[in-house]
Amino acid sequence: MLQTLSLLVENKPGALMRVVGVLAARNYNVESLTVARTLDDTLSRMTIVVDVEHKVRAQVVKQLNKLVNVLQAADLTEERSVAREMVLLRVRAEMSNRTAILKEAEIFQARVVDSSVEGFAIECTGDPEKLDEFIDLMRSYGEIEVTRSGLVAVTLEPKKLRLATPVPMGAAEEEEQERVLSK
Amino acid sequence: MASTINPPAGAGTLMSGSHILLECLVREGVDLIFGYPGGVTLPFYDAMYDHQIQHVLVRHEQNAAFAAQGYSRATGKVGVCCATSGPGAMNLVTGLVDAMMDSIPVVAITGQVTSKLIGTDAFQEADTFGITRPATKHNFMVKHVSELPRIIHEAFYIATTGRPGPVLVDIPKDIFQGSTQYQPVDSIHLPGYKLYTEGHTGQIRRAAQMIWEAERPMVYAGGGIIHSHAHNELRELVELADLPCVNTLMGLGALPGNHRNFISMPGMHGSYAANMGMYNTDLIIALGVRFDDRVTGRLNAFAPHAKVIHVDIDPSEISKIRNAELPIVGDAKKVLTKLNKVMRELEPEMRAQKSSARAEWWNTIRGWMEQHPLKPEFSVDEIKPQHLMAEIDSISGGEAIVTTDVGQHQMWAAQLIRYNHPRLWINSGGLGTMGFGLPSAIGAQFACPDKLVFSICGDGGFQMSIPEFATIANHKLPVKIIVMNNGYLGMVRQWQELFYNNRLSEVTLDSFPEAHLLAGAYGFKGKTISKPEKLRPALLEAVNEPGPYFLNVRVTPFENVYPMVPAGGAINEMVLGQPQPVAVAS
Ligand SMILES: Cc1ncc(C[n+]2csc(CCOP(=O)(O)OP(=O)(O)O)c2C)c(N)n1
Ligand SMILES: [Mg+2]
Repeated sequence: MLQTLSLLVENKPGALMRVVGVLAARNYNVESLTVARTLDDTLSRMTIVVDVEHKVRAQVVKQLNKLVNVLQAADLTEERSVAREMVLLRVRAEMSNRTAILKEAEIFQARVVDSSVEGFAIECTGDPEKLDEFIDLMRSYGEIEVTRSGLVAVTLEPKKLRLATPVPMGAAEEEEQERVLSK
Repeated sequence: MASTINPPAGAGTLMSGSHILLECLVREGVDLIFGYPGGVTLPFYDAMYDHQIQHVLVRHEQNAAFAAQGYSRATGKVGVCCATSGPGAMNLVTGLVDAMMDSIPVVAITGQVTSKLIGTDAFQEADTFGITRPATKHNFMVKHVSELPRIIHEAFYIATTGRPGPVLVDIPKDIFQGSTQYQPVDSIHLPGYKLYTEGHTGQIRRAAQMIWEAERPMVYAGGGIIHSHAHNELRELVELADLPCVNTLMGLGALPGNHRNFISMPGMHGSYAANMGMYNTDLIIALGVRFDDRVTGRLNAFAPHAKVIHVDIDPSEISKIRNAELPIVGDAKKVLTKLNKVMRELEPEMRAQKSSARAEWWNTIRGWMEQHPLKPEFSVDEIKPQHLMAEIDSISGGEAIVTTDVGQHQMWAAQLIRYNHPRLWINSGGLGTMGFGLPSAIGAQFACPDKLVFSICGDGGFQMSIPEFATIANHKLPVKIIVMNNGYLGMVRQWQELFYNNRLSEVTLDSFPEAHLLAGAYGFKGKTISKPEKLRPALLEAVNEPGPYFLNVRVTPFENVYPMVPAGGAINEMVLGQPQPVAVAS
């Protein structure tokens, strides 16, 4: 089944590699992955869609949360959330069907972003199923070329971000000492 | 007690990257580094030249990682290893993955080509940061000399806290050479590094209830107990409710090997009683274990009647393999301390409730133990491998450090030698890396100079680390190197015999070096024996020798390790011994 994850990640060297690496090493199929800076430019937000068996869903979240640079990994699959994707497509259009294409685009609330004698470049956003339909429809008009963004999602439930607080240097060693001494 | 943390050198002093690195290592309490120098680490080695930290020159970087592990496994402290860029760093990788699998805190320092050259396929450049990402718990690449203190202390913090593991710091040559005003770090801030140590009080209370209510409980304790120094708390729990307890391969010594509640090791080569116990229990109390496939066998036949209480510091281990009815995320020592307290509170009301069922359960277990004990075999003509382990056990008395390599000898050493304390039994459990035995013994002996250290190796794996004879000779380490020489890659031969129609493909090990010549070439004593009556005297001679000793013990070549749960088999369906020819009725 498809699982949608939202990750808040520190922009540290290799952070993306770590996330992708864990997904690959654990044999989780990645459907899509988007990443961009947040308002705080030391952090990035990633939306990842994986295709995994239902029973490993909790594992996926735990494995991602284990990464030192991941501040939060949340499963949005069953949460109240909004998910959107964007497609940019080019469709070859004959003079005869240009009006029809524009009509269809309007129905899908898509926007023409370029127009030439060969055809149109169209931008459309929506949930992935809607985009599938739109792409199918455009294909019926002729040759198309498609770039999809992958899903971006935002939760509608307020989430507390739990972060580790600074630890004084030596605290870990002190605790270790105590353990050894308390034998 | 902050005695391990030396006061930092004055803030603001202008120092080179190399010196800052050394200063940070001192602050972390490091006194020993296992390593091998090279082009890009030259500046660091120059700074080490007259520094208090001791550097041990191994003869191959893989063994630096294994020696660092041996040091760590014997003490619980961080093991530190160091290698140059490219080939040096690549040689560390196996040792890091091995540490990762067994959750051993190791910090690896690698040199990298000068920052400007990174990405140009420079001489001895390798993408160490990329390649070791999945080989470590976390890794770092230092981009500026001023980051060095923060990164080094974060590396140690990550390696030792939570579920321990290896951390690598990749340092370009110009960072070693560059200098900056040293600013000692006074706190570690890793906002995304979440630690769950306390354990949920409500869950702990429920666990105590479940333990008292169980009729056939079984404690399944592993390496987590050892990492957490929770062996006393484990013992308290086991004694308090008179619970039978198995220790995994990683957990041997968690409960003393001579404890009356200890039911030995479960799994593929576990004892009959341990496996039958795991099969028939109604409550598994899993403490710092990960339900490894070598323990569980076929999952749907593993403990089919049991509920599971699973205590682990790593949330991702819980319900990864086997669903836990009662998960407790936390540090074993902290959780067990609280659990024992609640157990005592409930004791007056609960103890009597299941006492007759419990007594019956113990009878059944003792019955299994008597029916098929793990007992050594002897012969008058040949040294049986089990005989060798029994003699080592008798000399050790449960007190010596034993490192092993990987194969049949490892399993016999796990089955037949007692470990009465944690950190005596040192082996490569998760990765099963041949070549581990000798270098890990070096690390353990450096860590515990006054302890008797046996390094028990197969004739195969031993030859993977033979170069370390030089390190041993160099430092006159009194390691007792015992090769259980069966002339074969025994464990592979066993599988070929049992599962591949005895077609022995590429498992013969001819041309083993003459023991006294090999050891003699390095300046210490060596001997080969093959007669049973020579075994004990030879072992005693080895132990009484003040320096290193190499004992090559020729054993029965075609002995197999039993009991055995064939891969993917059910744990209650063990093969208990060599299949006997069946008489055909006439
Ligand atoms: C580096 C490495 N290569 C291969 C193996 C596969 N392997 C497991 S046990 C074994 C045989 C070991 O033979 P030996 O060292 O003589 O020990 P024995 O089983 O005979 O006691 C082999 C080849 C391994 N575990 N590690
Ligand atoms: Mg062998």
